[in-house]
Amino acid sequence: MAGVITKKVIHGVYDDEVPLLEACKKLKAAGIKIKDVFSPFPIHGIDPIIGVPRTRLAICAFIYGLTGCGLATLMMWYMMISDWPTDVGGKPTWAYFYNVPAFIPITFESTVLCAGHGMAITYLLRCMLVPGARAKNPDPRTTNDKFLILLELPEEKTTEVENLLRTAGAIEVNHKGTVTEKLPY
Amino acid sequence: MHAESQIREPLILGNKTYTQITDDIIKPVEGKTGKAWYVLFTISTLTFIWGLGCLAYTIGVGIGVWGSNNGVDWAWDITNFVWWIGIGHAGTLISAVLLLFRQKWRLGINRAAEAMTIFAVMCAAIFVLFHTGRVWLDYMLFPLPNQFGSLWPNFNSPLLWDVFAVSTYFSISLVFWYIGLIPDFGTIRDRAISPVVKKVYNLLAFGWGGNARHWSRFEEVSLVLAGLSTPLVFSVHSIVSFDFATSILPGWHTTIFPPYFVSGAVFSGFAMVLTLMLVVRRVYGLQAYITVKHVEYMNIVIIVTGSIVGVAYLTELFMSWYSGVEFEQYAFLNRATGPYAWAYWCMMTCNVVSPQLFWFKKIRTSLVATFLLSIVVNIGMWFERFVIIVPTLCRTFLPSTWNMYHPTFVDIGIFTGTIGMFGFFFLLFSRYFPVIAQSELKTILKVSGQSQKKDAASHSHSTAHAH
Repeated sequence: MAGVITKKVIHGVYDDEVPLLEACKKLKAAGIKIKDVFSPFPIHGIDPIIGVPRTRLAICAFIYGLTGCGLATLMMWYMMISDWPTDVGGKPTWAYFYNVPAFIPITFESTVLCAGHGMAITYLLRCMLVPGARAKNPDPRTTNDKFLILLELPEEKTTEVENLLRTAGAIEVNHKGTVTEKLPY
Repeated sequence: MHAESQIREPLILGNKTYTQITDDIIKPVEGKTGKAWYVLFTISTLTFIWGLGCLAYTIGVGIGVWGSNNGVDWAWDITNFVWWIGIGHAGTLISAVLLLFRQKWRLGINRAAEAMTIFAVMCAAIFVLFHTGRVWLDYMLFPLPNQFGSLWPNFNSPLLWDVFAVSTYFSISLVFWYIGLIPDFGTIRDRAISPVVKKVYNLLAFGWGGNARHWSRFEEVSLVLAGLSTPLVFSVHSIVSFDFATSILPGWHTTIFPPYFVSGAVFSGFAMVLTLMLVVRRVYGLQAYITVKHVEYMNIVIIVTGSIVGVAYLTELFMSWYSGVEFEQYAFLNRATGPYAWAYWCMMTCNVVSPQLFWFKKIRTSLVATFLLSIVVNIGMWFERFVIIVPTLCRTFLPSTWNMYHPTFVDIGIFTGTIGMFGFFFLLFSRYFPVIAQSELKTILKVSGQSQKKDAASHSHSTAHAH
């Protein structure tokens, strides 16, 4: 078929993260692209090997925090200084600046509220984690004690890669059918 | 993979594998529920219902059914509020502060401690919401546009700061807890056999897959939320203490209140974590994950915070004498020798003397002694709040306003009702949610597992010989 390529889906299953990391390094050296890695817990040091860039969620949290800080300032300035200044025990109500010590706690709380919730919502949406979504792991054992390398390869490379996965210590190499991919041209 | 010093005791006992950790921790969710659970759950539910009845009675008749009166206008309501909020602090401290300090022993207890935080703050919220008198007007605490002016809440008031602090604290703790739970719900979902159970946990797991990107983001979110929660947890009890410290009442108007309240909160919170975890590890057979070493670490935190609280009590006494202000001196004399002296000395014994027993290794590694002392500390911390509030208010500036406080059956009913509510939610949690963060716990198996440590020791020994 013109414009379409067919790739084999291969699962390399490991029972420990050390051989899995070894396999990832070998695959990278052999110039094979790793589609994804599934594990029951975070594997430290895997991100640079399989080409996962550093997440920018912390930058988002910082921006949400600044927003929260700004919103709280605006709200308290409007309510306490501009719209309805009230004399409470002679506290300065004519300028935000003179009254600011009393406003710091709520400014802080609002910063944390917006940064925390904003970041959590961004995280869930970025990972497509929503109530009732279908399980994203291809093999249910990966949330228990198995570690899985997901590969999508052209037909001719499968034997080479299977040997590579096994020599690195894979306990299973499963062929999971094919996927078709449209070529960009 | 880094190795851990052999001097450090293992945090996971026995020869565990990844799948055994899953089995052991998810057993209460998958297996049959024991009789003890049903007995405790029935007692909690009945107490909870009785508390709800007392709340309904308060709404129907009015807040006059409480023992609070014109002189002592804050009493059990605020005592219980501060007590519950304080208990909540240990959960955030364990999951956020100990994460920032990279303390691996937190992983055995953080999940249950965070659950405790959430349920304790819910109990605390009941008291603040109802002590306003007209609970149906509580929406006026929030800066909502309205037709009275618009008349806004007073942002100069620590009472309003408290509204913001407690609600932020509750919602952030809930999010932190749930984000940690998602991978564990994924595990339960993938192991579930019954289609109904699978469906429910599938809904709760949000489609978790555990791929490299998700884990990398998960770790970033945990770290940043821990960084945000750490100042938050200190701010919440500081602001609670401002409710007292910014007033002009002798005995309340002191600058020592914020650090003294925060350490008191951590002190009582750790005591409550110990009370709960000692029961949980026994009932669910989790002795391999919540070890005597964990208990000892928590007891050390109790010695430190208990000693800070003791120093704060003595500083208060000294400063009231040194200030030369008669009212201030009388306030403390009245606490120690006045009509509520029994409460003061109960507080002093429970909070200052009893935690010092943990200096003895035999006592701090004994589970029975720890369990008993943790309850003593919780009683002591309840009396601390009672002593700050009631004896102060019953002897204020005008002797003609002096009067005593007696709790009514409604006060007692609401307080026991919140204990029942706490038990109700905690029991449901321990039955349907994984009580230990099992996916995170698996990350320390290789460095802190008992048999893994032994292997590492013999391995390094043999290589040393070869050289």
